[in-house]
Amino acid sequence: MRSLFSYNKDYYGGGLMILVGLAAVRAGTQYPMGTLARMGPGLFPTALGAILAAIGLAIALSARSAVAPSPHPAGSESGAHPAFDPRAWGGIIGGTLAFMLLSKYGGLVPATFALVFISAMGDRENSLMEAFLLSISMVVIAVVAFWWALQLQFSLFSWG
Amino acid sequence: MIEQSLLGLWYGFGVAFDPHNLMWSLFGVLVGNLVGVIPGMGTMSTISVLLPLTFGMQPVPAILMLAGIFYGSTYGGAISAILLNLPSHPPHAVACLDGYPLTKQGKGGKALGLAMLASFFATGFGILVMLFASPLLVAVAFKFGPAEIFSVMLLGLLAGSTMSRGSAIKGVAMVLLGLLCGVVGTDVNSGTVRFSFGVHELWDGLNLIALALGMFAVGDFLLNVNRTVYATHSASVRARDMMPNWADVKQSFLPMLRGTLIGTLFGAMPGTGPTITSFIGYAFERKVSKTPERFGHGAIEGIVASEAASHAKAQVDFVPTMCLGIPGDPIMALILGALMIQGITPGPQLITEHPDLFWGLIASFWVGNALLLLLNVPMIGIWVKVLRVPYRYLFPSAMFFVVIGVYSHDSNLFHIAEMLAIGAATALLMALKFPIAPILLGFVLGPMVEENFRRALMVSNGSMSIFIDRPVSAGFVAVSALLILLQIVAYLRGTRNKLGVLPT
Repeated sequence: MRSLFSYNKDYYGGGLMILVGLAAVRAGTQYPMGTLARMGPGLFPTALGAILAAIGLAIALSARSAVAPSPHPAGSESGAHPAFDPRAWGGIIGGTLAFMLLSKYGGLVPATFALVFISAMGDRENSLMEAFLLSISMVVIAVVAFWWALQLQFSLFSWG
Repeated sequence: MIEQSLLGLWYGFGVAFDPHNLMWSLFGVLVGNLVGVIPGMGTMSTISVLLPLTFGMQPVPAILMLAGIFYGSTYGGAISAILLNLPSHPPHAVACLDGYPLTKQGKGGKALGLAMLASFFATGFGILVMLFASPLLVAVAFKFGPAEIFSVMLLGLLAGSTMSRGSAIKGVAMVLLGLLCGVVGTDVNSGTVRFSFGVHELWDGLNLIALALGMFAVGDFLLNVNRTVYATHSASVRARDMMPNWADVKQSFLPMLRGTLIGTLFGAMPGTGPTITSFIGYAFERKVSKTPERFGHGAIEGIVASEAASHAKAQVDFVPTMCLGIPGDPIMALILGALMIQGITPGPQLITEHPDLFWGLIASFWVGNALLLLLNVPMIGIWVKVLRVPYRYLFPSAMFFVVIGVYSHDSNLFHIAEMLAIGAATALLMALKFPIAPILLGFVLGPMVEENFRRALMVSNGSMSIFIDRPVSAGFVAVSALLILLQIVAYLRGTRNKLGVLPT
């Protein structure tokens, strides 16, 4: 995974742009084109897609010669790293999905708790206890600031 | 004209000092500063996270608060850049170069104090320019037809994508992607629903809040959790350390002035981002300095000049955003989007239709910046403590604010899912080293670009030559073409040079 990504990012990036551009062209041509004087809804997105695909091609072609993308002064995120940290992605996406589910079948309090707790567990260094305390404090903020002070239309507990 | 502006400003101060407005301005400044200090929260994510708070408000306090958040977070960004060597906001990357060495020498407080003084000075100057340039620009803008508007937007988009950090061509790709995102939803001319993938919620287009939060908060978290190691130590700075002495002020005055002028000049050019402005301010200062070797080892002039440049630029940037409705950079695009959510269309008619908003905003810049300067001195101790909050506590809490913010907009769970999907896509793009900010620029401008393109060609009966037949439009097109040409030349020269140089 790592070697695939750090090998030549522009190659994949360009390819991705070609794909997105072509998809936009294909979707855009489904709508009426019209003429230049009386443009239909399809023309603008089709044109954008075509240009994007062409630029994607240029990015992919120049991938070999492009080195050292941008000077990064302080280096807070220097170096190539894989995009995908399963634990982080699992925590953030899982927490958000849990919020969506629990806000419907649970209410603000359990939804907030689940969101913060699951996201916090996405970080390797957080212990269960820390995640628990953090979630409890966010629940308090949610109830006091959003439910009570800002009058957010969201019941604290609900069943269904 | 000048008399009118002064009268307007007088009226604006009345609006800005209205207790209700003043309270929200102060709140915005404080919260913006607080969130901006937090390592890893840039101006974009700060504004995005706090944007939902403004929905229930009247337009004037809402926009005053947003502007407060904006400059509050840039002040906050300077603190984490100088004390921790962390550029959470790219324009502050330059402040790290000399600020952090000064912190290591124990002079971090003084560096901060002077940086804030420089920001205040530059902002004041920028406001003056804004005050007198806006009515002029408005007079010109009223003569613009669709062809001119399209051309100036084209220039803005091109400049915004090619002159920011990173690869120019990838920036252009991202602007195009943003324009495509802007296509989603109902086409105003024909009523056709485009790119909705059969989802009813997308008929109104992608949600700006979901897009901004997905891009600048969720995408960032996905990429940085478990990976970002922030410095744990931080210098202790007390209020009295920040007081610069007379010699410091004398030493920094000229760099401050030069930085301000550079920032003002760049503010007048659409699309040149604040990052490039601060870099040029810094580079220029090093060039004119008698002792350029001190730069990078704690030269106060470098900090002062770059901070002044980026703040003057930020202020002047409000001119095209408010008067033409054309944002100079993604942050302005976000503020423009917020205005539109409030039901206000920025443009030449803004000054006459919403004088309270326009002049109140200008006056509140002064008020807000004075507040910041006053607040930051006694509160520096608190900010330093905030700097120590670890990322692993921050992002789960931020996730809550993000999710509740998207949800509270219209109580629709769909937008949370939308934000999540956008966040994942953004993380992928960032991993592929695409600059993501231009997406937002394209997204906000997209519908306007299409609308004016279509209207211009309707006027000309389908002839593309309308864009070069009209002199003003031709000028913008020529500058755009020049910009592309410069990029190609720079690229070709770059590849030739790099053949002999090892990649760093």
